[in-house]
Amino acid sequence: MSGARLTSGRGIAAAASGAAVLLALTGCGATSPDAAAGSEGNAIDGSITVFAAASLTAAFTDLAGQFEEAHPGAEVTLNFAGSSDLATQIGEGAPADVLASADTDTMGRVTDLLAADPVAVATNTLQLAVPADNPAGITSLADAARPGVRTVVCARQVPCGAAAAAVGESAGVDLTPVSEESSVTDVLGKVTSGEADAGLVYVTDVRSAGDAVRGIDVPEAARAPTTYPIAALAGSGDPATAQEFVDFAAGPSGQSVLRSAGFGAP
Amino acid sequence: MTASSPNAARLPRWVVALAVVGSLFVILPVVAMALRVDWPQFIPLITSESATAALLLSLRTSLTATALCVLVGVPMALVLARTSFRGQRLLRSLVLLPLVLPPVVGGIALLYTFGRRGLLGGSLSALGVEIAFTTTAVVLSQAFVALPFLVLSLEGALRTVGTRYEAVGATLGAGRWTVLRRITLPLVLPALVSGAVLSFARALGEFGATLTFAGSLQGTTRTLPLEVYLQRETDPDAAVALSFILVLVAVAVVGVAHRVRPLGDLAPRAASREAARP
Amino acid sequence: MSLTFTATLADRGFDVAFDLAPGETLAVLGPNGAGKSTLLGLLAGLLAPTAGRAELDGTVLFDVGPDRRTLTEPRHRGVSLLAQEALLFPHLTALENVAFGPRSRGVDRGTARATALSWLDRVGAADLAGRRPGHLSGGQAQRVAVARALAADPSLLLLDEPLSALDVTVAPALRTLLRDVLVDRSAIIVTHDPLDAFLLADRVLILDGGTVVESGATASVLTRPVTAFGAHLAGLNLVPGVRTADGFASADGWTVPLTDTAPEDMSLAHSAPENSSLAHSAPEGASLALAVRPGLVTVSRSDTTTQGTACRAAEVDDVEHRGDLVRLHAGGLAADVAPSDVVALGIVPGSRLFLAFRHEDASIYPL
Repeated sequence: MSGARLTSGRGIAAAASGAAVLLALTGCGATSPDAAAGSEGNAIDGSITVFAAASLTAAFTDLAGQFEEAHPGAEVTLNFAGSSDLATQIGEGAPADVLASADTDTMGRVTDLLAADPVAVATNTLQLAVPADNPAGITSLADAARPGVRTVVCARQVPCGAAAAAVGESAGVDLTPVSEESSVTDVLGKVTSGEADAGLVYVTDVRSAGDAVRGIDVPEAARAPTTYPIAALAGSGDPATAQEFVDFAAGPSGQSVLRSAGFGAP
Repeated sequence: MTASSPNAARLPRWVVALAVVGSLFVILPVVAMALRVDWPQFIPLITSESATAALLLSLRTSLTATALCVLVGVPMALVLARTSFRGQRLLRSLVLLPLVLPPVVGGIALLYTFGRRGLLGGSLSALGVEIAFTTTAVVLSQAFVALPFLVLSLEGALRTVGTRYEAVGATLGAGRWTVLRRITLPLVLPALVSGAVLSFARALGEFGATLTFAGSLQGTTRTLPLEVYLQRETDPDAAVALSFILVLVAVAVVGVAHRVRPLGDLAPRAASREAARP
Repeated sequence: MSLTFTATLADRGFDVAFDLAPGETLAVLGPNGAGKSTLLGLLAGLLAPTAGRAELDGTVLFDVGPDRRTLTEPRHRGVSLLAQEALLFPHLTALENVAFGPRSRGVDRGTARATALSWLDRVGAADLAGRRPGHLSGGQAQRVAVARALAADPSLLLLDEPLSALDVTVAPALRTLLRDVLVDRSAIIVTHDPLDAFLLADRVLILDGGTVVESGATASVLTRPVTAFGAHLAGLNLVPGVRTADGFASADGWTVPLTDTAPEDMSLAHSAPENSSLAHSAPEGASLALAVRPGLVTVSRSDTTTQGTACRAAEVDDVEHRGDLVRLHAGGLAADVAPSDVVALGIVPGSRLFLAFRHEDASIYPL
């Protein structure tokens, strides 16, 4: 809980003050009569805030509900955004207890702020999403690279874009996208609205989009899945609950939820 | 805002205090950002290939959008200010809608109009005009959100100037086009300029509708705000430097809009004429 | 006729008809809301009548009826408007303002400038040619406006209170200028100042409530008004009455004998003897009007009835200051008296006084 562990230059003051706020917010939970009356040494009944990648929205909403059921008194507040945004917010001192990111690189940016080493909880795979009527008749990644086909991908600066570039290279396909979006949601939006003929998104995105799009497997992508790491943060006001949430996500219940959302096993 | 200023002295202190707080609220974030700019690297950061492409694209599209706004906004303002018809009030409200609409909503609306499967998109596609993912889409997004600024400022000016000069022109034998060209437009030129400058600024800052409707590709649709948004993911220093460019442009725009002579100077009152009497 | 005009405008209760001879200047007078501006608006083409027809030198200005609707556009009417404010285009120089009319009619730039310069010279504003309206005084601007209106070579010039916005020190010079340029020019001048009517107009039209209440030669209307407003404009007391066996008698007690010899009226220069003889020869019971200037009505504390004087007791209704005079309103008459007299006689509202005027100072004529 001390600011001394922070080494990133200008973030120190902000992170420290953020941690102080966090302490104030979660402190009452930690010292509540319930906590004192808990049968176990580390009562799991505090309030925590979980920052999770946008692609985890459906799965983690579910997961948090199950966690609260399993631990009466515990309360989970969820904050979904792009992994990069989340990492930046945590670096600037946002009051988070747990971070679940959509790639290991992003988790690497906040290594200094973690309470423990990250745990991989899920994998995700890129898939080609095409509009339900598949107007361009796409059946493979090579089809998506054909002249005249409007393919949309994420920009290289964001994880899904980096993954897309890697897939393109390993498949030897030179994708010439008509747009490089800032988030996978924007890519999916272009496909569901029919503006784009194809878009490289995650399997879980295709699944959550329902009937609006169809997913076409990309073998090269399946060979290089993206890993989703999760970790408790050093600045947490309730380290026990935070760590329990990480364990819960990595445990059987959490894995079952993630699997049913389309994520792969880590 | 010193205490010695006679105006400040006449106001209750708490009003002045709140005004100071309000001013700081606006000024501090800009200062904070300026402090975060990596000044030694500023020039390299803003002249990188992607930044230059975004800057040039932004300038090109914003100028085109402003021209488009002037082309259709001037006639709109004239119709709203100089005619009366059923549903005019409603039309005026609707025209101003983009001003208050969240930009992303504007983007969705444009998508369903000009998109491939939109209201006009199908017909345009049939004519061989593809708008999605093109620079045209950026210009349309920008013009959509910028148009109300021009219409609003020009219509107000037209109403302020009134129709008396136009009536005089007509009795002197001038036709409608001559009246418009030689009287009406010159009279509202200051408002037209400031309206166009504001439209340009709004077009330059357009983000939501562009993101939703046009896409994001370097040199084609990735304008400066989109570039800032994207750079933020990996290179916050570049994002801050580019943001600062937009701040500088905004400051320049406010300066220009402020300097344009108000209409009162153009239409002298009897009093000022009397004052000029030798 | 240069101009024939008949028009009604239902929603303004406007119903006016008149003619204008070529080269004639007509002054239109009337209280606020009388329809003066409506009249100009209809002629200039800024308003459309409900019904009516106007023709100017063979050009139909408007012709509106149940089965026809002709409204000539303002620019094709040959009617120029000079308003109370100069309304010079602020973004053009004086010269460009004056050249605007000729340019709009397709005259080439050089000729238009030459025409404009000659008009500026005519109104004594040639040295202002390069100035913007923002740098002109009110009088200078109005001179340029006169030049601009005339440079358009109108068949009819409309003037809407052209002097009323000007400083009293500037107005006389401009009035002289107008008098000069209006000679032999068909023009209609709306004014509230009878002096304008006297000096600039050949005929007067008095409007009230949207209709013509008096019209005729300026001198006649302003010396022998037949309405209260006309009398007010002319600065005269108007006392309505009837022809009696002895002469004139009003309902409130004024009597003036009408002798065989018409009263010699020096104060009313244009008083024509034949009008008084008209009153004289009017049958008993016929309506007559008596006009007398307030300055010729005297007041005193006692009855001063003498030979050749009309005198009556009255209660003072109101006392108002008018420059170096005090105007009393009593018994339906206004009387201008010196402030010293007001003090000497102790006059306050409610005082009882005797008002008197000499028979020869009154003008009596049939209504």
